[in-house]
Amino acid sequence: MDMNQYLDMFIEESKEHLQAINANLLLLESDPGNIGHVKEIFRSAHTLKGMSATMGFEDMASLTHEAENVLDLIRNQKLTITSDIMDVIFHSVDLIESMVIDITEGGDGSADVSAPVKKLRAIVAGDYTADQEVAAATAVAEAEAVEAAEEEGTPAEDHELDDYALMVLKQSKELGNNLMWITVTLNENCLLKAARSYMVFDQLESMGEVIKTKPSVEDIENERFEQSFEIAYVTMQSVEKVRSTILNISEIQDVVIEPIQLKSEAPPAPVVTEVAAPVEKKPADNAQTAAAKKATAGGKTIRVDIDRLDILMNLFSELVIDRGRLEQLAREIGKSELQETVEHMSRISGDLQNIILTMRMVPVEQVFNRFPRMIRDLQKDLHKKVNLEIIGAETELDRTVIDEIGDPLNHLLRNSLDHGIESPADRKKAGKPEEGTIVLRAFHSGNHVFIEVKDDGAGINKEKVLKKALERGIVNPANADSMSDKQIHELLFAAGFSTAEVVSDISGRGVGLDVVKSKIESLGGSVGVESVRGQGTTFLIQLPLTLSIISAMLVQVKDEKYAVPLSSIIETAVFKKDQIMMAHRQKVIDFRGRVVPLVSLQDIFQVPDNGADKEDEVAVVIVRKGEKMAGLVVDSFIGQQEIVLKSLGKYMVNVFAISGATILGDGQVALIIDCNALIK
Amino acid sequence: MLDQKEIVSEVKVIVFRLKDEEYGVEVNQVKSIEKLEHITRVPRTPPFVKGVINLRGVVTPIIDLRNRFGLEESLYSESTRIIIVAVGELEVGLIVDAANDVIDIPVNAIEPPPEVVGGVEAAYLRGVAKLDKRLLILLNLDKVLSTEEIKQLDSIEG
Repeated sequence: MDMNQYLDMFIEESKEHLQAINANLLLLESDPGNIGHVKEIFRSAHTLKGMSATMGFEDMASLTHEAENVLDLIRNQKLTITSDIMDVIFHSVDLIESMVIDITEGGDGSADVSAPVKKLRAIVAGDYTADQEVAAATAVAEAEAVEAAEEEGTPAEDHELDDYALMVLKQSKELGNNLMWITVTLNENCLLKAARSYMVFDQLESMGEVIKTKPSVEDIENERFEQSFEIAYVTMQSVEKVRSTILNISEIQDVVIEPIQLKSEAPPAPVVTEVAAPVEKKPADNAQTAAAKKATAGGKTIRVDIDRLDILMNLFSELVIDRGRLEQLAREIGKSELQETVEHMSRISGDLQNIILTMRMVPVEQVFNRFPRMIRDLQKDLHKKVNLEIIGAETELDRTVIDEIGDPLNHLLRNSLDHGIESPADRKKAGKPEEGTIVLRAFHSGNHVFIEVKDDGAGINKEKVLKKALERGIVNPANADSMSDKQIHELLFAAGFSTAEVVSDISGRGVGLDVVKSKIESLGGSVGVESVRGQGTTFLIQLPLTLSIISAMLVQVKDEKYAVPLSSIIETAVFKKDQIMMAHRQKVIDFRGRVVPLVSLQDIFQVPDNGADKEDEVAVVIVRKGEKMAGLVVDSFIGQQEIVLKSLGKYMVNVFAISGATILGDGQVALIIDCNALIK
Repeated sequence: MLDQKEIVSEVKVIVFRLKDEEYGVEVNQVKSIEKLEHITRVPRTPPFVKGVINLRGVVTPIIDLRNRFGLEESLYSESTRIIIVAVGELEVGLIVDAANDVIDIPVNAIEPPPEVVGGVEAAYLRGVAKLDKRLLILLNLDKVLSTEEIKQLDSIEG
């Protein structure tokens, strides 16, 4: 009952944390010395552990707990990261992921975690003693170098002790006190948590001094903690005495006491490490800034049902229409107070409009994020070396498209890795670097978002493709000889085609790229392939911006308004009539030394004349398509604006030189000009 | 579709006027009836395509039914309405002279269309319903909204 309410939140947050863990694990793998990544992972794992324990998913909690222990060692540099350890951690994360999926699907999230737990424990037990001394030595050096060691000075647990607390601890230690980190766990059915914790503090203060608590004392007093809280404590008493004192208080379930080791109190470091120290300081600093950056980047978010956004959006559109009417009425009535109020309202609703529209847009990063991990796993399985390069992850797409695009991309990437990239040996033979490259690139262009999956592999083997297509009866033998390269490449997308010699579970479980194609087409997009033998293959996905925002220049042509996407505009300019020249019966202008043909929008779009006076100046929007340019002649420029791209609907397809429409602030529709069609 | 009609003895239709005739479209194909508002012209489309309107945030194409049926066009008036119809994935607005009635027609009152009714080709019609003294022409929206003509025009221009 109560828990159900939190279940959604738990699932979403778990997914986020797992994503963060995955991303950081990959970073860590490429940069094993960077403790910052470990800290991030640790933080996420810690939260996961807490959440799953609270929600009662015991298997998950215990697995994360063990993983946390290993991470802890790594974080404190008591354990060096090896590929084996990384694999174990990756597997554990996978297992946790599958549990989350199970929970999402209504399961109880239970799974057999004994194997990974055992492995994780082995790592902790095995390497711990061996590396301890080394770790201690490094720690000493660091402690000397980094003052008070806020980065590395904190002992075993993430105590987050500040300089002051450390100083107090240090002084107390010098006075012969015992430093302890006490974790008190209350009974699950403890009702007066604040009262119990107060009794704990009371007892402790009678024997020594509480330096710091986690959560803060205030939070503990207000019962803002789960079952347990932690205390940094200084006392002359022994650990045993403290433990039994606390356990004497009723409703206390467990007390764990660990000694706090202050690294700076260790014997003075040898001179050598002192020399080495400044060098070591740097990565620590880097890690710190990186962590800080990360913290600021992740703002606060809430989750909203996409349907609600749709409703909001439609309601708002209605409001915009009324706004337009109000503006008009205010103008007609001509009362200045009314006009001011309406103007103010217009401005506000304009801002509101932008916010609502951008709310639906999500950076494609969300989808791209999961690929590095997949590629990493896959290349191990396939014994290939691949570097995945991601470009343009900030490109924004409508949420609905984002949700659907993951699978096809996944498929294409797997395909590139499985079929595209050759084995390291083959690559060497072909004179290529052993490590292949797959580039995943997203970018806006005109009215579309393009996503490109490009590999530098062997390229498509035409003969093999054709042979297979003939075998499968996809191609009529009579036509086979006359097929162009492009046609043959397109065969990859034919239903029932799969080039894998053995059906592997890598590229699509025996399902061909036709699935990718149909999926993308169902989104209103298209997918194409280009390939050069020996140099690689590029898959290009084109997605429409069914609901995407672009910057555009609004222009007036007689009584009509049109939007020209800013992406294709080079410049706007005003020319005198006598600057227009004729070349081959085509009006041209001299634009910065280049002869640019003029295209009259009034002529092209057959705009009815409204009898307005012709001026002796013409307003021209210089647009381009690749290297070519053209000047669109308009009556006047209205201004630059962010517009929402809308399709003209299925009834009107392929309208010449119009790529879509947008709704203006006054509720009217303006058409968006497709400059590519106007430049020949 | 037709089988269903036979089981249900009556169909509910929205009645609209075009020139001097009364026409009907089935209620379940009609999404809404709108007053005429600003239509944005879309260049290089067939003459019966008047353009697009902003229908609560959705850009909706508008066609002039008079023009579509080859009747002479008239000026729009206060009573002019846009009937938004949905057929399959298409959502289109039809400009009509007036729309002001919803009636039930017994299925057995529907007869196949004669060759030409009120100057409208039989292909666009589903039937004619005789009700007392009224004659109601039922539209075959699939045909009316067929995009073939638009596509043909495309290929000529392209």
